Amino acid sequence: MTQPLLSVDELTVTFTGRGRRDVQAVSGVSFSVDQGQVVGLVGESGCGKSVTSLALMGLLPDRGVRVGGRAEYDGTDLFGLSPSRRRALRGSQLAMIFQDPLSSLNPVVPIGVQVTEILARHRGMKGEAARKEAASLLDRVGIPDPRRRLKEYPHQLSGGMRQRALIAMAVACAPRLLIADEPTTALDVTIQAQILELLKELVDQEGTALLMITHDLGVVAGLCDEVNVLYAGKVVESAGRRDLFAAPTHPYTHGLLNSIPRLDAPRGEPLHPIRGSINDNIAWADGCAFAPRCDFYTLECLAGTPGLSEPRAAGHQVRCVNPVLPGSAGATGGTTGGTAGLEKTEATS
Amino acid sequence: MLRLVVRRLLQLIPTLLGLSVLLFVWLNRLPGGPAAAMLGERATEADRIRIEAALGLDQPLYVQYGRFIKRLFELDLGTSSQTGQPVWEEFTQRFPATVELALFAILIAVAVGIPLGYFAARRRGSWLDVAAVSGSLLGICIPVFFLAFLLRAVFAVQLGWFPSFGRQTTGINATEVTGFFVLDGVLTGEWDASWDAVMHLILPALALASIPLATIVRMTRASVLEVLGEDYVRTAESKGLDRRVIRGRHVLRNAMLPVVTAVGLLTGSLLSGAVLTESVFAFGGIGSFLRTAIDGRDYPVLVGFILFIALTYVIINLLVDLAYNLIDPRVRVH
Repeated sequence: MTQPLLSVDELTVTFTGRGRRDVQAVSGVSFSVDQGQVVGLVGESGCGKSVTSLALMGLLPDRGVRVGGRAEYDGTDLFGLSPSRRRALRGSQLAMIFQDPLSSLNPVVPIGVQVTEILARHRGMKGEAARKEAASLLDRVGIPDPRRRLKEYPHQLSGGMRQRALIAMAVACAPRLLIADEPTTALDVTIQAQILELLKELVDQEGTALLMITHDLGVVAGLCDEVNVLYAGKVVESAGRRDLFAAPTHPYTHGLLNSIPRLDAPRGEPLHPIRGSINDNIAWADGCAFAPRCDFYTLECLAGTPGLSEPRAAGHQVRCVNPVLPGSAGATGGTTGGTAGLEKTEATS
Repeated sequence: MLRLVVRRLLQLIPTLLGLSVLLFVWLNRLPGGPAAAMLGERATEADRIRIEAALGLDQPLYVQYGRFIKRLFELDLGTSSQTGQPVWEEFTQRFPATVELALFAILIAVAVGIPLGYFAARRRGSWLDVAAVSGSLLGICIPVFFLAFLLRAVFAVQLGWFPSFGRQTTGINATEVTGFFVLDGVLTGEWDASWDAVMHLILPALALASIPLATIVRMTRASVLEVLGEDYVRTAESKGLDRRVIRGRHVLRNAMLPVVTAVGLLTGSLLSGAVLTESVFAFGGIGSFLRTAIDGRDYPVLVGFILFIALTYVIINLLVDLAYNLIDPRVRVH
C-alpha cells in the first residue's frame, strides 16, 4: 500500500488572543487523501472545516494562532517547512478555491493578470506566452471568448464565470492537491451543478486529489469518495460515500441528512433541523460535544471524550457512545426525554 | 479619458461663476470698504465719493460685476487698492513660491507617510506601529507655526544646517524662468541654484507637511489593515505569489484608493494654509500679501485669491478623479 498524498494527524488549531480565553477551533482532526481521491470535509458553519483547510495551506495569520499536530504532504512535513518553501509549494502543488468568487478576486486587476501572475511565479512564463496559456486555461474551465475576458475585470463577469476564473488560477500549475472551500455556496443551483461537473472533470483527467469542504451533503453525494463529518473541531464520523448515505451512524450525521428539505415530501410536512446551534456544545474533554443537541444521548455521553470506533463495517468509523445502528430508535423521530436529564446534570455540576 | 477631462473642465465653468457671484455680493455687504480703508479715519465725504468714483464703486452692483467678469476673461483681475499694481502681476510674482512650498510639503508627506502607514499596518502592535500612531497624533496636535518656529530655531539658528529665511541666498546669480526656483535651476542647468532653493524649502516644507503627513500615515494604516483582511489578498497568498507582488498589486493598489482622495484635498488645503509657515520663514509667497489685503479690504486681491484657491481645488479634484479612473476600473465611465 502506497502512502497517501496528504495525511493529517491530530491537527489542532487554537486561536489565542491577548487577555482572552483560548479558542480551539480544530481539536485533533485526522484524515488522509490519496492521489486522485475526492475527500469531503462536512459540517455546519463553525465546525472548523475552513480553519482546517487554511491551516493546511498555511494561510492562517502568524500571530494569535497555534497550529499543532502533523500534516504530511507527499512525505514532507508541511508545518516543518520554512515560510519560503511553503510559499513555493502554494499555488504549484497545493492550490485552493474559495467560497465567494467576487470577493476572492482583486477588483482592480484584470482577470488576465490574475491568471498570468501565477504562471510567472511558478512556471516562469512571461508576456505573450503567459497570456496564451492563460487564455487556454480560461478556455479549459469553460469561459467563452477567453482572449477578451483576459482584459476584463471581475465585476464584468458573472458569478459562475468568476468561480471558473478562480478555478483556472487554481489549476494553472497542475497542482496535485486541490482544496475547495465551499466552492458553490455563493452560486445559483444551475451554476453549482456546472462548477461541480467541472471540478469532477479536472480531477478525473489530471488525477488531482481534491479535498472538498462543504456543508452540503448533496455535493458530497455527487462528488466525494470518502467523507469526514466534523463537529466542533473533531471528526465524528468517517466513511466511504455509499456507507455514509446507506447507514449514517452518528446522530449528528443523521441530523444533517434529515435537515435537507425534500422535494417529494408531502405539503405541510415540517422540516427537521438539528436543535440548537453549534455554540450549544460542551468541551470535548468533558464528554461528547454534540450531547446537548443530541436526541439519543445518555449519561454515558458525559464520561470523557468518546473515541473513534468501527461499530459496523471496516473503514466506517464513528465517535459515539450510542451510535445509531439499524434497528435502534427511529432516526427521524428521536426522543427528547434525555435532554432534560442533561440539563439537570449541568445544573448540579 | 479625453472626454472625461473635457466634461469635467466644462463643469468647472458654472462652479466658478457661482462662486464669483457669491463672493462679489458678500464682499459688498461688508462694512467699511476700500475707500475708507485707503483714506483713513479723517477722510471727508467728498474724498470718499471721489475715490469710489475712481474705483468704479459708485456704479450699480451688476455693472461692477459685469465688468469684473469681462476683465476676468482677459486675465485682468483689477488693480490692487494697496499697491496700485495689477492683481494678476502681484499674484504671478508670489504664486510660484507658495505652490512650490505646498508641492514640496505634500511630496514629503506622501513619500514618508505611505510606506510608514503600510509597515505600521503590516506589523500591527509592534514598536513601529505604536510610534507611527502616537507620532501622527502629535503631528496633528502641534500647531504648524509652533513647529515652524521650533524647526527654525534648532536646525537653522542653532545648528546652522539650513538657511533660516527666504527662498534664495541673496547674491546668488540665478536665472529666473518660471519663478519656480528649483525647476528654474534644472531648466537652465544651474544646479547650485536648484540646490540652494531646495535647502531653503526643506524646513518650511517639513513644518507644513506635519498635518498631511500625520493624516496620510493614519489613513494608509487603516486602509491597509482593511485590505489585508480581504479575501482577494488571501487568494493571492494561496497562489504563493512573491511578497513584493502581493504588496504592490494586491494590497497597496486597493489600499491607495481612499488615500488618493485625501492627498488631493490636503494639497488644496496646503495652498491656502501655507500663510503662517511662510511668515515664519519670510518665504515671500502669497501669505503675507494676503494678510495685508485682508487688513486693507483689498477687494480685487481677495476675490482673485479666493477664485484661485477654488480653481486649484477643482483642478486637484479633477486630477484625483483621473487617478481614480486609472486605479479603479469599477468607476470607469464607458
